[in-house]
Amino acid sequence: MSIESHDIAHDDHHDHKPSGFLDRWLYTTNHKDIGTLYLVFSLLMFFIGGSMAMVIRAELFMPGLQLVEPEFFNQMTTMHALIMVFGAVMPAWVGFANWMIPMMIGAPDMALPRMNNWSFWILPFAFTMLLSTLFMDSGGPAAGWTLYPPLSLQGGQSFAFVVFAVHMMGISSIMGSINVIATILNMRAPGMTLLKMPLFVWTWLITAFLLIAVMPVLAGAVTMLLTDHFFGTSFFNAAGGGDPVMFQHIFWFFGHPEVYIMILPAFGVVSEIIPTFSRKPLFGYTAMVYATASIAFLSFIVWAHHMFTVGMPLTGELFFMYATMLIAVPTGVKVFNWVSTMWQGSMTFETPMLFAIGFVVLFTIGGLSGLMLAMAAADLQYHDTYFVVAHFHYVLVPGSVFALMAGAYYWLPKWTGHMYSEKWGKIHFWVSAISVNILFFPQHYLGLAGMPRRIPDYSTQFADFNMISSIGGFIFGASQLIFVGVIVHCVYKSRQVATGRVWEGAKGLEWTLSSPPPYHSFNTPPVIDSTTIAHVEEAH
Amino acid sequence: MNGPSHGKLVRKLVLLAVGMFGFGFAMWPLYNVFCDLTGLGGRGVKVVESAGELQKSDRQVKIRFDATVNSGLPWIFEAKEKSTMVSLGEMTEATYMAMNPGNEAIVGQAIYNVTPPEASLYFVKTECFCFTEQVLQANETREMPVYYFIQPDLPEHIKEITLSYTFFRNESANAVALATARETDSE
Repeated sequence: MSIESHDIAHDDHHDHKPSGFLDRWLYTTNHKDIGTLYLVFSLLMFFIGGSMAMVIRAELFMPGLQLVEPEFFNQMTTMHALIMVFGAVMPAWVGFANWMIPMMIGAPDMALPRMNNWSFWILPFAFTMLLSTLFMDSGGPAAGWTLYPPLSLQGGQSFAFVVFAVHMMGISSIMGSINVIATILNMRAPGMTLLKMPLFVWTWLITAFLLIAVMPVLAGAVTMLLTDHFFGTSFFNAAGGGDPVMFQHIFWFFGHPEVYIMILPAFGVVSEIIPTFSRKPLFGYTAMVYATASIAFLSFIVWAHHMFTVGMPLTGELFFMYATMLIAVPTGVKVFNWVSTMWQGSMTFETPMLFAIGFVVLFTIGGLSGLMLAMAAADLQYHDTYFVVAHFHYVLVPGSVFALMAGAYYWLPKWTGHMYSEKWGKIHFWVSAISVNILFFPQHYLGLAGMPRRIPDYSTQFADFNMISSIGGFIFGASQLIFVGVIVHCVYKSRQVATGRVWEGAKGLEWTLSSPPPYHSFNTPPVIDSTTIAHVEEAH
Repeated sequence: MNGPSHGKLVRKLVLLAVGMFGFGFAMWPLYNVFCDLTGLGGRGVKVVESAGELQKSDRQVKIRFDATVNSGLPWIFEAKEKSTMVSLGEMTEATYMAMNPGNEAIVGQAIYNVTPPEASLYFVKTECFCFTEQVLQANETREMPVYYFIQPDLPEHIKEITLSYTFFRNESANAVALATARETDSE
């Protein structure tokens, strides 16, 4: 008996969803519903953070101050980053985790369904609080997302809202991570050993440990800022004997693992998609797992490369420089493995594959500019310039965000039971891929020429590249509306029914379910054999 | 499924999260101990009551004096001399000048820093205006002395040391002073 027919037969008479709107969404403990909530929320945040980016690019379209006050510009750069990092990318990955992890390991749901509901539902409150600061007298946070003191301590009373919002996001992430770890370690179907798990599950397991290790450190750091601001302590206040540089150390002890929190699940998704559309097993599955773990370990010992200019001793600079460069090794292994997976495969280029290949190419460009920044001697020139902005946007936008898009197109037919419009998906990819380069590539040159980041005005010598970058930005921003159109069409309008397998070359347990999957799937654990698992290590 | 076993794992993970929250705060003392031991940050200066018998050496180093005022404090603050040559192991006095050109008394606090940071481990002070808060009355100018010596075992490669001070407004002391002044006024 096939697993598919068994599950459908089993679930047909257990497939009742709560009927009322509130019962369905507010009280839900179903991993698929909560995954949808996370994804919709993060898409909303993506557009709010994106519209802030449009304000920034519009102001930078020409030299001089045209549209906004410098104070508001600073609030925009700060809020854009906080919203994109904590509101868009991180919750989107948690959404993918919720939807896919139980279906990928043959579990009926997440391990702690009620906590799962709570993890999601505190997020809207956190971001309402964060966004409400924009309407307060003292305005939103304006010292950059890094919240460096003393500048961040010179803001007004609204700072308390920012700190509490960060606390709530942190609690949400930690609860989400505990849930992911408990699900993966305790709820795998019999026979689904750790080294048979899909790579997306592996990368999320490691990401979850990173989150539990560093989100509390950020919570500690912002708590110290809070008491420095309102209760007269001097953790970072030089006048009282504190040290502002210590904040940078604590922040980046969180901040560096944080950037891997945003990229490791992306590695996982791309490692699922490339084998599917290359119709070949993933090259070097075990190497991928170890490379992910090495990247996670190294992320804890490289934080001070964000602060080469604080006046560190030479030994410190050398240590952090070499440790940072070392990360290129496991990352190189990954890129090599993705390319080797495609090598001599029977490749087709559906939208998820286009985004995945776009990810590999453009993420690698971001990785290489990261290596340039890792060189302590050169970093003194690049520090706090647009070169840094170009670097991290290359790894985050055509990196993380492209992987999110790739994953969304890949699993959308599975989630909805309908095929999305391949034509519009491809248009979305090409417009995004071209405009994202028009947007960020000129920023490399601006940075090398010395344009500082986070400044609303600039010298006329930077005018041309800024205008090109802004035009790219507007096209990229507008092209994301195509994405919304494709999703809405797929959910409500598409008449093309998706099969259970969806993609000819797709492997893994989620594809053994129907599309859309039953509300409660894998109530009986599936049978694991080499045809149902995603990655089979090739015998060499 | 494995209902009861979640509890154990979840407890461990919560403990890890709570531990890491504590670790964030533990960074503060750890950072200070690390800086005291290594001199990083240039804050490793020793303070002694009296210098005792000093072993004077023939070796001399150049000491440069730097003075900065934080933008929150409307004072004028400078070193009397830009630099001086000092023999290792010799008790020396350096003088800074601070002036309050305003119309009200202000409490300030000086914070020091030694460059190169490694040299701070061999820098010993017996008296410094930075040990306590300083009150300058309206239009008052005052000399502020520092008594210090450099230990003779200063590594050979250090030829020049900068002693730098930044004067900050002491917010809490000013609040107290202001409150006291108001009370005296109302009496």
